[in-house]
Amino acid sequence: MAAKSNLKNMALSLTLVCLVCSAVLGCVYAVTSGPIKDAEIAKTNASIARVLPAFEGQPSAETVEVDGNMFNYYRVPGAGYAVISTVGGFGGPLSLMVGIGEDGIICNTVVLSHSETPGLGAKCQTEASFIDQFKGWDPAAKRLAVTKDGGDVDAITASTITSRAYSAAIANAYNVYLKLRENE
Amino acid sequence: MTEYLLIIVSAIFVNNIVLAQFLGVCPFLGVSNKLSTATGMSGAVCFVITLATVVTYLINKYFLVPLGLTFLQTIAFILVIAALVQIVEIVLKKISPSLYQALGIFLPLITTNCAVLGVALNVVTKEFTFGDAAHMLNLGEATVYALATSLGYGLAMVLFAGMREQLAMNDVPKSFKGLPIALITVGIMAMAFLGFSGIV
Amino acid sequence: MSKFGLITKGLLKENPTFVLVLGMCPTLATTTSAMNGLEMGLATMFVLILSNIVISLIAPVVPDKVHIPVYIVVIATFVTVLQLLMQAFVPQVYETLGLFIPLIVVNCIVLGRAEAFACKNSVGDSALDGIGIGLGFTLSLTVIGIVREILGSGSLFGWKFISGDGILAFVMAPGAFLVLGYLMVLFNKLAKR
Repeated sequence: MAAKSNLKNMALSLTLVCLVCSAVLGCVYAVTSGPIKDAEIAKTNASIARVLPAFEGQPSAETVEVDGNMFNYYRVPGAGYAVISTVGGFGGPLSLMVGIGEDGIICNTVVLSHSETPGLGAKCQTEASFIDQFKGWDPAAKRLAVTKDGGDVDAITASTITSRAYSAAIANAYNVYLKLRENE
Repeated sequence: MTEYLLIIVSAIFVNNIVLAQFLGVCPFLGVSNKLSTATGMSGAVCFVITLATVVTYLINKYFLVPLGLTFLQTIAFILVIAALVQIVEIVLKKISPSLYQALGIFLPLITTNCAVLGVALNVVTKEFTFGDAAHMLNLGEATVYALATSLGYGLAMVLFAGMREQLAMNDVPKSFKGLPIALITVGIMAMAFLGFSGIV
Repeated sequence: MSKFGLITKGLLKENPTFVLVLGMCPTLATTTSAMNGLEMGLATMFVLILSNIVISLIAPVVPDKVHIPVYIVVIATFVTVLQLLMQAFVPQVYETLGLFIPLIVVNCIVLGRAEAFACKNSVGDSALDGIGIGLGFTLSLTVIGIVREILGSGSLFGWKFISGDGILAFVMAPGAFLVLGYLMVLFNKLAKR
């Protein structure tokens, strides 16, 4: 059974275990860091491909500050911008990627992460009639707010707060677009 | 100021750590037989969660992130928590024997309470939206979040212990005795807490 | 105990969920669907088997007073290895299970088996014990997941057999407690026969 404890062997065994474990972890990290990066890039590219028309090459990740908040976005030459926009939804953060063409027309949106109620707010990910209304939306002509608030967005039944958050996220992304055009 | 208020309400009621996030369920079921032990455990958890979150937050920000070692978060945090619990136990024994008597026996159990590691990891990895924009918590917010979360733990624990004391005196069908009826009670409690969702 | 008994005891006699009532947090949190339950079970089994093997190897030379910290470091190492592998090769699964992968470190099943079994048995037996308990845990999580998925979303392993939604409460927090409670009643009833 277990060896008798004294200060020397206690310190020795703890140091030894920590050394061996960090060595193992270092090796595993070295091996997996490449695939982890690839997986992240593949995920982002898949999202960008969904929100913008076909493009070639690797979009570059950039950051911009609008009204004191930082936004991450991807500049896709020839296609437009893919802006990541996060707002507070019903159950927690609701994170979208919004594709906006060079002309300022919204191309498509995709939910990156959410914590909305299953079967209610979570429908913002699946309900086609809700998601598809934003395809080809011109924020300059139509207001990004639910009809209840005097806008033009048809909310998901019984999920006004989620729909409101979704609209706000797109509106924020559009402001990012305006800022970027102004800078160019 | 409103932001802190939102954090507190959200952490205690809306995203209650036990009833909505399922963290720390084992001790929640284990020591809620009596109201007095439940109160003691809640106090100890409160203390350790808040302290551990602050320490791990600082370690993450000033040590792991600058060195690019964030993949070691899990192992670093659990070691810090284990060490902290030991230190708290020793210090408490020295400076406040009466408090040690009240909380002492619960302290060793806390190292493996996943609520502590869960909150510490949540704070450094998740984005939160209180108020408008989503952001990572700063130290002040993290502290308030940890304290409020652990108060939520205490609230759920004390409420549940009160109910369990009543349950023990009732005639429960044999197969339901003990944990099953306790779990079903928690289920109904969780349903009640679901009513808070959306208020923040 | 026979080698076969080591593997099968986790399924019924020492079932970690229904008899030992250990590792409740992932059991409740990740079983929103059958697939999620299965994945969480397998992830835990991975750590359980490897930590059991290593701990049974080092137990004789670890001084008594520091054995808990040493075991925790070993377990945490395997959990981090698992985290890195999952991020690299199954990022989707890693994202769904989220926080509960790193929390395997504090799953009482893993440390519990190290203390109760691995530190006093041979490497082979410890590995089998890890497989047995791991299988029992995986099976329990999958069963809870199946029940919650059928009731909550009207589907099974992603295959939908009713149109529209199920009883949503079952995929949310209350359903987890209720399903586990009632399954435990059923288990007690059957086991007492």
